[in-house]
Amino acid sequence: MALLEVKHLKTYFDTLKGQYKAVDDVNFDLEYGEALGLVGESGCGKTTCALSIARLLPKEGKIYGGKILLEGTDMVQLSDDQIREKRWKDVSIVFQGAMNALNPVMKVGDQIAEAIMLHEKIKKEDALRRTERLFELVEMPADRIRNYPHEFSGGMKQRAMIAMALACNPKIIIGDEPTTALDVMVQAQILNLLEKLRRELNMGLILITHDLSILGETCDKIAVMYAGKIVEIGMVEDIFERTAHPYTKRLISCFPNISKDKVIPAGIEGIPQNMLEPQPGCSFYPRCHLATDLCKTEVPTSIEVGKKHFSACHRASEVLNGR
Amino acid sequence: MGDDIIVEVKDLKVHFETKKSLATDLFHKDKKPLKAVDGVSFQIRKGEILSLVGESGSGKTTTGKAILQLVKPTGGQVFFHGEEIKSRDKYYMKGFRQKAQMIFQDPYQSVNPRNVVLDIVAEPLDVNGLVKTEEERNERVKIALEQAGMIPAEEFYYRYPYELSGGQRQRVVIASSMIMEPDFIIADEPVSMLDASIRTGILRLMMDLRDRKQLAYLFITHDLSLAWLISDRIAIMYLGKIMEIGEADEIIHRGVHPYTKALTEIMPTPGVNNRGKKRNVLPGETPNPTERINGCKFFSRCYRAQEICKNENPDLCEVSPNHFVACHFAREL
Repeated sequence: MALLEVKHLKTYFDTLKGQYKAVDDVNFDLEYGEALGLVGESGCGKTTCALSIARLLPKEGKIYGGKILLEGTDMVQLSDDQIREKRWKDVSIVFQGAMNALNPVMKVGDQIAEAIMLHEKIKKEDALRRTERLFELVEMPADRIRNYPHEFSGGMKQRAMIAMALACNPKIIIGDEPTTALDVMVQAQILNLLEKLRRELNMGLILITHDLSILGETCDKIAVMYAGKIVEIGMVEDIFERTAHPYTKRLISCFPNISKDKVIPAGIEGIPQNMLEPQPGCSFYPRCHLATDLCKTEVPTSIEVGKKHFSACHRASEVLNGR
Repeated sequence: MGDDIIVEVKDLKVHFETKKSLATDLFHKDKKPLKAVDGVSFQIRKGEILSLVGESGSGKTTTGKAILQLVKPTGGQVFFHGEEIKSRDKYYMKGFRQKAQMIFQDPYQSVNPRNVVLDIVAEPLDVNGLVKTEEERNERVKIALEQAGMIPAEEFYYRYPYELSGGQRQRVVIASSMIMEPDFIIADEPVSMLDASIRTGILRLMMDLRDRKQLAYLFITHDLSLAWLISDRIAIMYLGKIMEIGEADEIIHRGVHPYTKALTEIMPTPGVNNRGKKRNVLPGETPNPTERINGCKFFSRCYRAQEICKNENPDLCEVSPNHFVACHFAREL
């Protein structure tokens, strides 16, 4: 049994202007110790996906369909009280602005201990002792638990947040742009750390980012999202070397690669479609250089183009063969 | 040196006073200046793009602002077209500010949300009183918008910023800086807020303007691969100093300074080449910029560090033509 199976997940936002289909029929699964990269541009629904898994959606957002099976338990069906038990113990999230998520007037160690004590009935001393061990796990000196957040650098705060996320031994850790606001050197440290942790603790890792270039070296699988849908999913090698969706192909070419020629990439013309007024057909159709009349009218279904490699494109096999 | 040097910076320094407690303030005890920029020198030629790369707090934005006199330099000189900037001369500064423009990172914050595009782009003209009639104003705005790739320009005249996408906003910002027909542009992380697919459009636009008008750019970024892609030369900054400066390919592929090497080694590239490879991360953290460092700024994190590095600050020395490195061991590395 897979650690996490997301099946036909549909998360919509009800707004005054209509229904916004932020996540529309998304499928993927995650094994123990596996790292999945969820990549896409702003507004494509990657964060909503993460929030749905942890059931942390704002009140306008609702899961309208699908299943989120965590070790076989459907997270969608659980009541609020039941989900509170699961959160942090089974799934925890590290957010992008984690540096600002710490309480500035409370010692970091106390904040982490508080989280542990809410989930497990243990004494404060024991919780603090566990916090010290967590700090060692994220490669920080244990005595720093008695510091306040302002005494930490940005990278250290993010480490503290990761320590907090690990506090109750979660099975899945979701990193929502965990390194975006950090410098390259600190980013490399945090990515090294996440990689080490998932190997040592056999956790599932979902890494959400807009930066495709960091996924190649960190993840096993990549899912590319566009306008609420996963347009392509496969092993890292499949995505980069046997690309089967025009969007993925164009997106990869948008990132400068120092081992290749120095040409300014073409970019992608146009903007993503307004998801309040979805058009029929493939959502990438207006920006796609391979679009045909079929793409205009019919939504492509996800087809298997290789082993565990899916692409939602009518012309996937042509793209795969180098168009 | 030819006449085509647009901007020359010599030993530029910007130190900020830091406030400690009231007591230390009163008795002037141990005042620690924050040396944001600590002796930076470079030249930018006509039609050249120089990238300033460094982590946050390395002083790259402050350098840019100090060149335009938006923060007051503590020391050093800035030359524009071979003439030293007279920051006290209001009339001179007005002319200088027309010819040297800055583009900021966040297009969501650098335009007035209550103005329409026409007024945003025309504002520099209005401020400087350069146009007399409505027709002339509209005409110049139209040219600027079209140059920035907003075609047809008329369609955008009466739109508010919230009606534009992030990429379009940044184009409006570029149009309003281009309307003065500057010779020199400082672009401070102009694309880091934008999605990858839109980013390249803005970069193309900037390159295109460079080619057509022979603009000189100072491109400030934290993204080394982006700097490599668009610039002629790259300067690597660390704690207010330039560690290495040279041709873009030279820096990326044949960097000499230990800091440059550390940066290029961990630089993420799209693809599977670095799969499973452990990143060689520098030990420790960047020291606090208020700390007094007598020797090399990189000393505390450098694997080559020797006694001399602790006490003596290395000067930039030329290791190959136009490639300068500030390291005591530059020639051995």
